Amino acid sequence: MELTISIILVFMIIGSIFALHAKDLLSAIINMGFVGFGLVICFLLLKAPDLAMVQLVIETVTLVVMVAVVLDSSRREIAVSFDRRSLLNMAVGFLAFACLFYFFMKAIENLDPLGMHTLRMADSYVNGAVEKTGSINLVTGVLFDFRAYDTMGEAVILYTAALGTLTLLRIKGKK
Amino acid sequence: MEGMSIIVKKVTQLMVGIIFMFGIYIILHGHLSPGGGFAGGVLIAGAFILLILAFGSSSLKLKKEVAGSSNTESIGILMVVVMAVMAMLFGAKVFFFNFLPKGEAGELLSAGVIPLYNIFIGIEVAGAILTIFLALIIFKEESSK
Repeated sequence: MELTISIILVFMIIGSIFALHAKDLLSAIINMGFVGFGLVICFLLLKAPDLAMVQLVIETVTLVVMVAVVLDSSRREIAVSFDRRSLLNMAVGFLAFACLFYFFMKAIENLDPLGMHTLRMADSYVNGAVEKTGSINLVTGVLFDFRAYDTMGEAVILYTAALGTLTLLRIKGKK
Repeated sequence: MEGMSIIVKKVTQLMVGIIFMFGIYIILHGHLSPGGGFAGGVLIAGAFILLILAFGSSSLKLKKEVAGSSNTESIGILMVVVMAVMAMLFGAKVFFFNFLPKGEAGELLSAGVIPLYNIFIGIEVAGAILTIFLALIIFKEESSK
């Protein structure tokens, strides 16, 4: 199973690199869909049907919306000229990457190897969650009982995104 | 925005009800099987998006629809907060407390407030995704005029 996931991950990386460098924006979007649906297969192989379901429907709807947007605008990427300012931007980017990478390596130094971590919090979630919440689906039980604030935050983010889109894309009020 | 060919319209007519029902099923069975408010809400929004893409619509009708979907998502998020406050009034004095009777695990009517949260989150997500899509379409319609 690890081999299958590794192969899918390699294909996802190839797809994302191609999406970055594609000349046509439509093919870039299709490659992004490749990454998303590869993630769906990974979730299914890792036995997470809840996440796979959400990822599948979200990926499909966003793909449709983005294809509709790209077909109605220019399909070519805007040409960016290379000057001294872009050199500075790249230097800042590399510096931030080096900083993050250094602290990431420092942070995972004392961690247990992958898949062997101790489940201090998760143990009390997994054991007896059905009695505590009454829901057979453990994921829903955690989402709406133990971590209800988290769920409310997600819903508020979606609400704010919809309101922001409505506010940014109105034409009448701008004039 | 004009609609698509007659084949697409006919297939959409046949499929859209099934997609809508499946979304409602996913939401209502969120505490029993994989799925829940988020997945079901996006499915319901997808049914409406399919209808709009296949049949097309005039800008005026879309305006009415975007007002409706915006109101719907606002009501959904408001009801989530109201449920949280109701838990504070009726049960233990904490937000999001499961104050309804839990019932027998595995039944459709069980798990206290979790199915209600699923329903309201589903309404909110469906409204939000549809609002974003309609806002993009209305922007295109008005800017191309």
